[in-house]
Amino acid sequence: MTQPQQQEQPKQKIVAMNGDEAIAYAVKQCDVDVVAAYPITPQTIIVEKFSEYVANGEVQTEYVCTESEHSAITACLAAGATGARTFTASASAGLALMHEILFVTAGARIPVVLAVANRALSSPINIHGDHSDSMAERDSGWIHIYAENAQEAYDSIIQAFKIAEDPTVSLPIFIGVDGFTISHTLERVDTLTDEVVQTFVGQRQYPTVTTHEGKTVPFKLDPANPMTMGPIALQNYYYEFKRQQEEAMKNAYKKIQQIHNEYAQISGRSYGNGLIDTYKLDDAEIAITVIGSTAGTLKDIVDQLRDEGIKAGILRIRTFRPFPAEEIQKALQNIKAVAVMDKSMSPGGLGSTLFSEIRNALYDQKQHPIIVNYIFGLGGRDSSPQDFRKIYADLCQIAKTGQAEKTITYFGLRE
Amino acid sequence: MSTTTTTTPTQAEWKFTAKDIVAKPDLFLSGHRACAGCGPATVLRLIMKATRGPTIVTQATGCMEIVGSIYPYTSWALPWLHTAFENAAANASGIEAALKVMRKKGKIKNEHIDVIALAGDGGTYDIGLQALSGAVERGHDFLFILYDNEGYMNTGIQRSSSTPIGASTTTSPAGTAVPGKLEKKKPITEIMLAHDLEYVATATPYYWKDLVTKVRKGLEVEGPAFLHVFAPCPRGWRSEPSKTMEYSKLAVESCVFPIWEAVNGKRQLSTPSKVISLAPQKKKPVKDYLEGQGRFRHLFKPQNTHIVDEIQQATDKRWQKLLQQCELTNP
Repeated sequence: MTQPQQQEQPKQKIVAMNGDEAIAYAVKQCDVDVVAAYPITPQTIIVEKFSEYVANGEVQTEYVCTESEHSAITACLAAGATGARTFTASASAGLALMHEILFVTAGARIPVVLAVANRALSSPINIHGDHSDSMAERDSGWIHIYAENAQEAYDSIIQAFKIAEDPTVSLPIFIGVDGFTISHTLERVDTLTDEVVQTFVGQRQYPTVTTHEGKTVPFKLDPANPMTMGPIALQNYYYEFKRQQEEAMKNAYKKIQQIHNEYAQISGRSYGNGLIDTYKLDDAEIAITVIGSTAGTLKDIVDQLRDEGIKAGILRIRTFRPFPAEEIQKALQNIKAVAVMDKSMSPGGLGSTLFSEIRNALYDQKQHPIIVNYIFGLGGRDSSPQDFRKIYADLCQIAKTGQAEKTITYFGLRE
Repeated sequence: MSTTTTTTPTQAEWKFTAKDIVAKPDLFLSGHRACAGCGPATVLRLIMKATRGPTIVTQATGCMEIVGSIYPYTSWALPWLHTAFENAAANASGIEAALKVMRKKGKIKNEHIDVIALAGDGGTYDIGLQALSGAVERGHDFLFILYDNEGYMNTGIQRSSSTPIGASTTTSPAGTAVPGKLEKKKPITEIMLAHDLEYVATATPYYWKDLVTKVRKGLEVEGPAFLHVFAPCPRGWRSEPSKTMEYSKLAVESCVFPIWEAVNGKRQLSTPSKVISLAPQKKKPVKDYLEGQGRFRHLFKPQNTHIVDEIQQATDKRWQKLLQQCELTNP
């Protein structure tokens, strides 16, 4: 977290919350119209907390306790199509059950906000944190943002509504938090007042469409302006719909940064440029690229290494879709060796997802680091900060010799 | 959480005469790509004649979703949403929840908007059953209309759990060892009645006035309502396109598909079926209904005629049970 130039900040209330609670609290402050959700570990605290707000009359939200995640995301999509601001939350098998409708939501251009408490996928069944669930949804057409801690989860949810609902974007967005590490860990969270949040987020915006009669109308289900939403588009039109999603992602690339900066002005908090967040990377010779809470642990290691005279740094990917390729190219251009840490696997692939994407981004660069992949933390397997030092030690060796012994390392695994 | 009772105006007040229906503009417009003699297309057109004001329609994937929304064209003159196959009722849940809260917050004008979910038998009996059960349990205010053509016709005539026993489909073909579908049709209306719905009814397009009246009654309910509409498919049934209405009539006359309604669980036969209960001699044999349909052709081969008898017996048994449920006895 970097501190932006301080303007006069509104007063903030410090609350002890875990990541799930911080998300529920942010959703409450964003005056969401419809929440439809189904419980799954480690997302449950979000829906439990929100149910309490409903039960105590603290929110004006229609809370739909659906009979499955498939219906939860469907209800959010349909409510969003009707014009409502909508939110849902899930994880693991729940996200996998949503899979079909995640694509439908993005294609239908409905700005649903989804919190994912990242968790391993079956089988074997495992309730603990890794990124298998959301990485499997890489191509769903959603904006993917991952938080590093509960504070960022809170801040990101508030930004998420504004990004998703921007008429030039109009895409669904998910905010990922590491299961248990963030979702269930009590942290200090600085919260804005309801008024400040609501002024920042504003009312739901709609893109406009031109009818066959030449009328400009908001894009929603409205008896005054009947619209056919979710039609069949065949060989002659389907592709154009898909291409428009790519344009929306390009707009999101700008809006994520802009809204992140606007939020920094009212909160005093920022996370890199909203796309990537770096730590001691400017003069670094070796670096780890990672997503999520692991970046926090690595900062301690980097501080130790710096004290020892080793020029180590961190590149945290905050926004994974749209993929910040240019930012990554710039951030890594002077690094000698980079380890990409993936908390998911792509069995049979050349390394895992984040590694493939980063390596792809660097391919055209005249000068690029040696890049290796560390797959770690699957099913919530823990590694100590000292274990992570080993990765930097490997990178030192790679930087020194100019070559890597192996491209893919299964880190912390019994083999 | 539907606790209100239905206040049903008389049919006369609703003006569902042929003249009135013709005068009312179509909301499911011509130009769609349905086949000649399509039962569901007629059903949809009639359903839309029964709307009472601002309405949002959501539809499951299927023949009727495809034929009416081929981009950049549409047959829908009202707001319409399709998202997927198994979730028409979940769509309705989301739409209804959004309307409710946005009205409360003053984000939309304070007028009532009806919500209709449409699905075929696949999207109701099979893949859509969970979402439907969930939505009616939650008590959303919507009318779910099942148009039942007894199979997956959009994908090329595969069997669904609505396909009747003995029917030949591409996944239950009549072969030398297996005489078509071996399993009974799932009793979907019984399942919906078990959810304690305020309004459950069956209808066929031949009795069009009965159908539109039932649609309106379903819309009048504050809470979930379910309407099961029989809708012959000439392609899937291997029947003459010109005979769609005839089969819609024969199904009722043979008691294969009796028409009735249940208000707050109290079941009552609708007039065409009531007539048969009062004058059993008018009840036609199932053979009359089965024999013109290619999907049942194999049942009339000598080795299979016992199946026709079994279908007759099962139909009679179901009819007797229905009469009891309607507190009637067959003289």
